[in-house]
Amino acid sequence: MDLIGATLAWIAGFVGSGELWQRLGEHLTYTFGSVLIALVIAVPIGYLIGHTGKGRELAVGITGAARALPSFGLMLLLVSLVGVVQRPIAAYAAFVILAVPSILAGAYSGIQAIDKTTVDAARAIGMTEWQILWKVEAPLGLRLLVGGIRSATLQVVATVTLAAYINLGGLGYPLLQAIPLRRDEQAFGAAIIVIVLALLLDAAFGLIGVLLDRLIPTGAAPRRPRRPRAVPTRRARMVEAPTAS
Amino acid sequence: MIEFREVSKRFADGTLAVDGFSLQIPPHSTTVLVGSSGSGKTTLLRMINRMVDPTEGTVEIDGEDIATVEPVKLRRRIGYVMQNSGLLPHRRVIDNIATVPRLTGVPKAAAHERALELMDVVGLDRSLARRYPNQLSGGQQQRVGVARGLAVDPNILLMDEPFGAVDPIVRAELQQEVLRLQRELGKTIVFVTHDIDEAFLLGDRIVLLETGGRIVQTGTAEEILAEPANDFVAEFVGAARGKRALHEERIGDRTVLVDGLGQPAGVLDSEGGSEAGG
Repeated sequence: MDLIGATLAWIAGFVGSGELWQRLGEHLTYTFGSVLIALVIAVPIGYLIGHTGKGRELAVGITGAARALPSFGLMLLLVSLVGVVQRPIAAYAAFVILAVPSILAGAYSGIQAIDKTTVDAARAIGMTEWQILWKVEAPLGLRLLVGGIRSATLQVVATVTLAAYINLGGLGYPLLQAIPLRRDEQAFGAAIIVIVLALLLDAAFGLIGVLLDRLIPTGAAPRRPRRPRAVPTRRARMVEAPTAS
Repeated sequence: MIEFREVSKRFADGTLAVDGFSLQIPPHSTTVLVGSSGSGKTTLLRMINRMVDPTEGTVEIDGEDIATVEPVKLRRRIGYVMQNSGLLPHRRVIDNIATVPRLTGVPKAAAHERALELMDVVGLDRSLARRYPNQLSGGQQQRVGVARGLAVDPNILLMDEPFGAVDPIVRAELQQEVLRLQRELGKTIVFVTHDIDEAFLLGDRIVLLETGGRIVQTGTAEEILAEPANDFVAEFVGAARGKRALHEERIGDRTVLVDGLGQPAGVLDSEGGSEAGG
């Protein structure tokens, strides 16, 4: 009870002092900054792989290897490589490497999941390859791409907590500060804030997904549980009627 | 006129799909390429709009070698209707029909107006214009596919087993639509099917294909039925199994036509004709 009360008190103080907004700002800047950079890198490559069907094995290998990299170790290694003055670059690089695999996978799997006959038909009626990519593959693959961005964002938002280790602030700052000082209520409160942030972001992406399903029917599942009854047209009925000749 | 001259196609995996195929397809009539799977019929069809390029030989449209025409330009002036409609699932019916005109720069309002007219032409109620393809029945989707194929008013319409995936009743309905459309529009239709009955119904001219795109027989339905070129054709059209050889049987006061397998094929129209039915 005491810890919970103390934790709530600490959170209230953290919010009241305005420090929350500063740390949240830092945290989100790193999160969305690295996800945006990762998008710029991964989406064109993913679309290229998805559209041409080439290089998939290479992408799977690289993304698998990148996923296995420990972000914390990578960040510290990059700091020692680029120098202490360039710490933000090291941090961004580590987060981008963390975010790229999910986005890349979302981009190419989104395109590869599209019914091949749809793409074939688009080509057969005279769309150029660019038109196929932008008017057919990109919209139909968007749902899976957003899924990739979602998992990338969640991984990064959790990992940005570590940025405080190299003195870059963020919501990890009060957390890491609290551990050596044995301020349990502060460590607990800061952890809760990071968790709530992650859940809010997840919910936001869930909402975007629902909106996309409404806006872009992909043909994967009927938009309504039951298909509307076929309305026989005048001509169709004429054809059905027995001809007396 | 479409002309195949000594066309061959070997795919990257080494399969020889078409071997030395030559054919002249007359304009303003329906030519049906019919054969079992592996006969190269779809490959031949897709050579006409350069979805497949021959490894040897040339395909000409009105005397022009289409290898010299940019594929996208060529495809935009040839209608294409495929099995499972191939509609864009994220676009409404009206936008699907208007796709190619929009690509070629027709203003949206004009393209939509034309799309609505085409819905009338293919027998679709205009109220379906705002629906998405997966809100339509299979038969309706195929009608949209046909409307899209006609959107640029092409001289040539390619149809690749367009009714293969719809149920028999809807298929019969759509086949009648094609016959009606062809009477009204007089396009050069090249139609691919493995269904010999569909070929006989729709084709002004039927090209029977064997493995490798080898032509076994060319002719009208009547010619092929009357004089099958060989046992393969006889078997394929069902003549060998007695399916096409009908004899009369009296049932009550009606004359029923029965085929060689004992299956009733229909009722003979009596002299008066008034009581004949389906």
